[in-house]
Amino acid sequence: MTTVEDASALLQAPVKRSLLDRPRSTNGAWSWFTTVDHKKIAIMYATTAMFFFLVGGIEALMIRVQLAQPNGTFLSAARYNEFFTMHGTTMVFLMGMPLAAAFGNYFIPLMIGARDVAFPRLNMFGYWVFAFGGIFIYSSFVLGGAPNGGWFGYTPLTSTPIAQGFLPGRGADFWAAGLIMLGIGSVATAVNFIVTTLNMRAPGMTMMKMPVFVWMMLVVAFLTLFAMPPLTAALIQVFMDRNFHTNFFNAAAGGDPLLYQNLFWIFGHPEVYILILPGMAIVSEILPVFSRKPLFGYSVVVFSGIAIGLLGWGVWAHHMFVSGIGPVAQAAFSLSTMLIAIPTGVKIFNWLATVWGGKVRLATPMLFALGFIAQFTIGGLSGVMNSIVPSDTQQNDTYFVVAHFHYVLFGGLVFAIFGGFYYWFPKVTGKMLDETLGKLNFWLMVIGFNLTFFPMHFLGFEGEPRRTYTYPAGMGWGTLNLMATIGAFVIALSVLIFLVNVIFTIRRGEPAPEDPWDARTLEWMTSSPPPEYNFEQVPIVEARDEFWHRKYTEDDEGRLVKLPPSDASAIPPRRDPHTPHTVHMPSPSYWPFVLALGLPIMGYGFVFKLYWLLAIGALIAFFGLNAWTSEPATEESH
Amino acid sequence: MAQTVVTAPDTDPAVTHAAPAHQTNTGVSNNKLAIWVFLASESLFFGAFISTYFLYRGRDAHFLKGPTPTDLLSVPFTSVTSFVLLMSSLTMVLALAAIRRGDHRRFRIWIMATAIFGMTFISGQVFEFTEFYREGLHLGTNLFGSTFFVLTGLHGAHVTIGIVWLLSLWGRSMQGRLGAERSEAVEIAGLYWHFVDVVWIFIFTAVYLIPQH
Repeated sequence: MTTVEDASALLQAPVKRSLLDRPRSTNGAWSWFTTVDHKKIAIMYATTAMFFFLVGGIEALMIRVQLAQPNGTFLSAARYNEFFTMHGTTMVFLMGMPLAAAFGNYFIPLMIGARDVAFPRLNMFGYWVFAFGGIFIYSSFVLGGAPNGGWFGYTPLTSTPIAQGFLPGRGADFWAAGLIMLGIGSVATAVNFIVTTLNMRAPGMTMMKMPVFVWMMLVVAFLTLFAMPPLTAALIQVFMDRNFHTNFFNAAAGGDPLLYQNLFWIFGHPEVYILILPGMAIVSEILPVFSRKPLFGYSVVVFSGIAIGLLGWGVWAHHMFVSGIGPVAQAAFSLSTMLIAIPTGVKIFNWLATVWGGKVRLATPMLFALGFIAQFTIGGLSGVMNSIVPSDTQQNDTYFVVAHFHYVLFGGLVFAIFGGFYYWFPKVTGKMLDETLGKLNFWLMVIGFNLTFFPMHFLGFEGEPRRTYTYPAGMGWGTLNLMATIGAFVIALSVLIFLVNVIFTIRRGEPAPEDPWDARTLEWMTSSPPPEYNFEQVPIVEARDEFWHRKYTEDDEGRLVKLPPSDASAIPPRRDPHTPHTVHMPSPSYWPFVLALGLPIMGYGFVFKLYWLLAIGALIAFFGLNAWTSEPATEESH
Repeated sequence: MAQTVVTAPDTDPAVTHAAPAHQTNTGVSNNKLAIWVFLASESLFFGAFISTYFLYRGRDAHFLKGPTPTDLLSVPFTSVTSFVLLMSSLTMVLALAAIRRGDHRRFRIWIMATAIFGMTFISGQVFEFTEFYREGLHLGTNLFGSTFFVLTGLHGAHVTIGIVWLLSLWGRSMQGRLGAERSEAVEIAGLYWHFVDVVWIFIFTAVYLIPQH
């Protein structure tokens, strides 16, 4: 945008080059630090999150080795506490949420026919806060002990000052400060996704023509927006209690540890939907493509997703059935929890009806999507069991609960994400992942996953407690635990095959066809990988599944008829990836990186009470913010 | 492609980003929608701390003793500083009206007045904190100390950020980098400022006006 003022300023000031000049290059190694391209940022999110997925997975393997047999000695109790805490924290905050951000970043703009997100620099800021937040939390391993109070960090265990020795080490401080940081990044990303989806749709793309993926990511963004602040408040209170002698959770002063549980789960239960709805979003895109049918009951699926998002706010105390909340609250939260099964069940039946009668192709993405439905249903059903208070009183804090949420989050979310990787890999890289290795990856993961987590249902019924580093020989839990450990290594093998597949494909994979899956949505209407500006001409949308309707029509008896190839369905050839002069793209910037860099420095200042370090961090952040707001989003080309 | 796909300059997002409101799907500009959405998020942040305050009100009588709200709070004093803060919303509105007219001199006067009113409020808070500290109320003294200092302190931090924001607008106007066509930047800062004022109305009611037992 040229304003009169800008133009006159340009005329007056001679062009000066200095160290702090705005970065211009959009390729090369350095550009990864300055890029504002939503697609590059998505790749950075995915790569970093997969790195943390491997780290969290290695922690899980350590846990499984320790528990393979009674009286395990592989890990000390203290190390075990660190590993199960960091496994949970990593998989929720450093794997699940960032991977959802990766898919959202790449595909929301493409699916709605936009050239980028609404706030490209805010997008970049969100990524760097996530990356620095992850490094910050993990640096605790060498800076005085990793977090060890569980990913939920119940008080007063976590909130009691370090001098009183409830939890050894600085771990809880790193955990609280790190999660506050990650929360800032998540809210920034949520604001960005909401504004992008509401404001930047291509002409003709009404809300009810948006792909279900975009709808579900919108619900996720709203959940994130409202769920992070209560968590931030609770974490501030924990941090203040530990470091500044406040009494928020100090029972001797009248503080109430239940307050923490309420605040945490007001965040924590919507968080469950923040994690699973992206899985549902991906599956809702894959199933129609590989069944060659539109999604069954589009509006019902959309409204069920919204209903899950709304009901998700009224169920948090089902995590607290054994905390003494009283029979009225127990009954109310039990009922509201069962209610959530309705929209969830509706979605499952809609997915099944989508596949029913379709021309199903069992390619790898479809296999993962079907695996999602089967395993997520099992996790959903054990969730209904947990919603029944007397039943939950038995199951609470046992391996039954571990089995339940891994069926939802691994059997559900992780399977959907792998399906998404196989489905969109040709879009992102221009190369097809190998189908043979993909099927091997899928079947090994199904076998490994069920071998790991199905026995945990029985272990839970037999009373094996969670978060306990060992168990005595006489309990009879050894065989099932050994099965679970073997299963975990089978999962590891399947992930290894995936990585081999990715590296092999990137190195020497065959170029992918432009529309390898005969897909339905706008992201396939541009070349693979898409140019920086996504669409040279913004598409005009007339139908849900626009791309499909440009390729196919129906005859009088409702049979599918392929239209002759036309300009409307043609995918533009891959060309010079650089932006033509007719398109103004947002310019790269240093400042979101600088602002994000200030946050972990402030975090170290808080944790170690080094106020000069805190001041340095604050100055860096202020400098970055000031420079950011002083530069326009899009630099005029010179 | 010419038939179904046409170039649509109105919807070019890179241009839309900084463009007037009518080019977005909702009719609200990206920046303004973003600040509304962000303030919705902030509401839950303050909601959590205000809830905490209500939950713990009056518990000190049964647990740790120490100064109570009735011992320390001076409703007349804080009423005056609260009034100043609320008046700053009025000057904020006047500043926005002035820049929309293109009256940069008045804009700078009103935006500076808003910042000064904000600073007056913060000075009152600093005075209050120091007084309470002298009279023996620390963060760890009792629940009142913990909840009062953290709740009002976080609000004060928000006001301080707002003051820095207003002063940076003033500075940009002085450098001639804030023309009338950028009045939306002022409007957005104003939305944040009004929000912080509204939050104070809730905090003032919760902490000062509702009788303590």
